[in-house]
Amino acid sequence: MKTKGFDRNQRATIIEGIGAFVTIIVVMQLWLFTVTMEAFLSGQSGIALPAALASLVTFLLNLGLYLYVRALER
Amino acid sequence: MPESDFDTISASPDGTPHERQPAWRKDFPIDWSLDEYRSRREFVEFLMSTSAAFVAGQFWIVLLQAFRSNEGKPAVESIADVDELPVGGSKLFEYPHPGNFCILIRLNETEFVAYGQKCTHLSCPVLPRPEAGRLHCPCHNGWFDIKSGAPVAGPPRRPLPRVGLDVRNGKVYANGYVEGVI
Repeated sequence: MKTKGFDRNQRATIIEGIGAFVTIIVVMQLWLFTVTMEAFLSGQSGIALPAALASLVTFLLNLGLYLYVRALER
Repeated sequence: MPESDFDTISASPDGTPHERQPAWRKDFPIDWSLDEYRSRREFVEFLMSTSAAFVAGQFWIVLLQAFRSNEGKPAVESIADVDELPVGGSKLFEYPHPGNFCILIRLNETEFVAYGQKCTHLSCPVLPRPEAGRLHCPCHNGWFDIKSGAPVAGPPRRPLPRVGLDVRNGKVYANGYVEGVI
């Protein structure tokens, strides 16, 4: 993925876009966490592990986007 | 930070040249665009930390669930005599551990129900209102159906944990949970 050759304004725009995307993912994680906690407190046992793995995948996606932001600055 | 950014200091917010800026701004020049850029990057870093915290929380729930599964099914315990409770009467008992209060209610001649006494909203003790066919949580005016334990009014959203019952030889036995956990 291209990380060089952007001027400052372009980089700021890219970071705004990535920030918006990461925000949406974190809100999804919040929703996932509340649903999982609700299920746990209700005694349901089938949700916790798949939800944890889904949350891990979204975190890895966030991590990739963050590393791209870091690469933009080099 | 790219080298090219250091020789292109952006204009101040009012757009006037550097020479006409007040002394305090000359003493503390700020590259506004760069400052804004950095704060957005830090916001992404903050979101990353939040995202990691959610993952930790999810796996914490998995761990709690594993511990709960290892505890196994609660033991069968005698909790009351059938003749002890009149129709509409209730009795508190501790099950499966001391301190876990549950409430046994006699609905009619043959039917008993038992629930964990903690309200599923904020853990206040619920009280039976057999004349209304409900259980009442006085803290925030939550109501549960007495036959199913389902929330019917007020802030609770989850049903009360229901204790499985077995009536034999004139005694009422608790034998685990039918729904939910205490």
